[in-house]
Amino acid sequence: MASSGGSALVIGSLFSWLLDPAHWSGPDGILTRLLEHLWYSVLAMVIALAIALPLGLWIGHTGRMRWLVTATNAARAVPTLGLLFAFALWLGPALRGNLAFLLPSTVVLVLLAVPPLLAGTYAGVEAVDPAARDAARGVGMTGWQVLRQVELPCALPLVMSGVRTASLQVVATATIAALIGLGGLGRLLVDGIAFGDYPQAAAGALLVAVLAVLLEGLLALLQRRLVSPGLARTRRPVGGSRNDDDAAAVEANARLPVGQGGIPGGSS
Amino acid sequence: MIRFDGVTKQYPDGTVAVDDLSLTAPTGKITVLVGPSGCGKTTSLRMVNRMIEPTRGSISLDGQDTGRMPQAELRRGIGYVIQHAGLFPHRTVLDNIGTVPRLLGWDRKRTAERSRELLERVGLELHLGDRYPAQLSGGQQQRVGVARALAADPPVMLMDEPFSAVDPIVRDQLQDEFLRLQDELGKTIVFVTHDIDEAIKLGDQVAVLRVGGTLAQVAEPSYLLAHPADDFVADFVGRDRGYRALQFQATPRLPLRSERTVVLGERPEGSAAWLLVVDDDRHPLGWVEPARIGGRAVEDSDLHRGGTVARAGGTLRGALDAALSSPSRRGVVVDDSGSLVGTVLAHEVLSAIEDTDRPERDEDDPVHGGAVAVAADEA
Repeated sequence: MASSGGSALVIGSLFSWLLDPAHWSGPDGILTRLLEHLWYSVLAMVIALAIALPLGLWIGHTGRMRWLVTATNAARAVPTLGLLFAFALWLGPALRGNLAFLLPSTVVLVLLAVPPLLAGTYAGVEAVDPAARDAARGVGMTGWQVLRQVELPCALPLVMSGVRTASLQVVATATIAALIGLGGLGRLLVDGIAFGDYPQAAAGALLVAVLAVLLEGLLALLQRRLVSPGLARTRRPVGGSRNDDDAAAVEANARLPVGQGGIPGGSS
Repeated sequence: MIRFDGVTKQYPDGTVAVDDLSLTAPTGKITVLVGPSGCGKTTSLRMVNRMIEPTRGSISLDGQDTGRMPQAELRRGIGYVIQHAGLFPHRTVLDNIGTVPRLLGWDRKRTAERSRELLERVGLELHLGDRYPAQLSGGQQQRVGVARALAADPPVMLMDEPFSAVDPIVRDQLQDEFLRLQDELGKTIVFVTHDIDEAIKLGDQVAVLRVGGTLAQVAEPSYLLAHPADDFVADFVGRDRGYRALQFQATPRLPLRSERTVVLGERPEGSAAWLLVVDDDRHPLGWVEPARIGGRAVEDSDLHRGGTVARAGGTLRGALDAALSSPSRRGVVVDDSGSLVGTVLAHEVLSAIEDTDRPERDEDDPVHGGAVAVAADEA
């Protein structure tokens, strides 16, 4: 098995499995599994975004309850698989039909997606140039307008990087839904291993990886469309102010920790 | 007119940033708040548009108590310029300038027209309008900051160290253009700086604050230089205040002497040790020592360019500096078009200085003496 001829054989049988049209159609075909997989992932991401985005914006805007970001990050240490079985055992009996499995797996995926989303959103708002925020209030924007017109758009690069991290993890982890009897690409993996059909298991793993990469590409495109070109350019060097030795300038700089000005931005 | 009436700002930890400040910033004038770090000048400024709320006392705008106006509305009616410009990095220059008009509900077309107009007004080329702030130099960003503050044509402007983060040459340029702009617009401006030179150059009235947030003195710049109220103010306005005060004194009739000149590219005549070189329009170019070039035509490389040039009708400071910096000791004086009028010697400027009056000292009120008078109907 370990010989090169053996691995060529595995790859060969993987592709012949994948290329067999019979494996693509039908209620347990690849297309169905793919759609199921996407459905679990998207459902979890939408719920996670609905929780983490407003919460992260609020924490970043008000500066209150920052500990929550740290706390959710710490929660990432809890093993996903154990959590899945715990939820399935706890919630499963109280629910009927598909929901008995869908709910536990969705909860687990949401818990997985929230920390990177929350951290990204919070960090994005937090990193907004204090001078821009001060100016936004100073020209007469209300708190909501500051958030909507300045903080959110400026936070978008970090928000989007949170979204990309979270989606990658969710798509990869949605595989485990199959462990508690749900569909998705994990089905191919789990069943393949259970019945000794290794080409099918390998095909399942490959498909999950391909899906994750495709999604990542799609989100990168989306980010390019959403984020203002003014933010995409390289950041100005920090500490560009040339008169920092002056006492009053130091006072002002303490108020505005992001040094800028004096040095032309790297145009084009 | 902006009026501070017994304004105090005390923070919950007990620190007093501003202590019982009473001050009037007259309509259409520049009032500069100046003082060392921790004197509460920025706090005072930020209390005008209620970025900081006063603990006691009140601030009124043309007689209306700002504490009773809705915050956002108050701020939209006041131009606000800060040290690092604080431009919105995700918006183009034109969109940045149009911020307040958009908040006020102007339509896109009117906002865009106004933004373009302001871009030119602050001396930026139109093609910069589509750039993003990160693509501009510090000085350009600061100009955009000023344009944004002017966009909705507010009668009042607050400026918090707007020029202190740019290099000295750009700063000087921005200051000059700011004064030119103010000549056209006549805004009521409160301007914060830690730089006494900037305060004296820009202010119609300068308020010196001391650490702890109390007013040490408020006066016109020339008065402040001539009659500091106490040691603190004297110390703060600096050692060379006597010389700097000359910049407020218009040159009286100076005994100008006519100067023998040579046009660049021609041979010098006569036996003078120094000869002034001019171009065809009699614009002075520099001095030359005829003995050194041995009778050939004056070339560009022969010129001594060390001397400054004073404008006839300019300040005594300019005239004295021209005399002091001139290699021939004769200060060059030109007319408004830059053509040579004559020269003047340092001792002649000095005797002119001795003949001028210093601002009268107000014995009754050393702190407010010499402040810009506020018209009675405004008070």
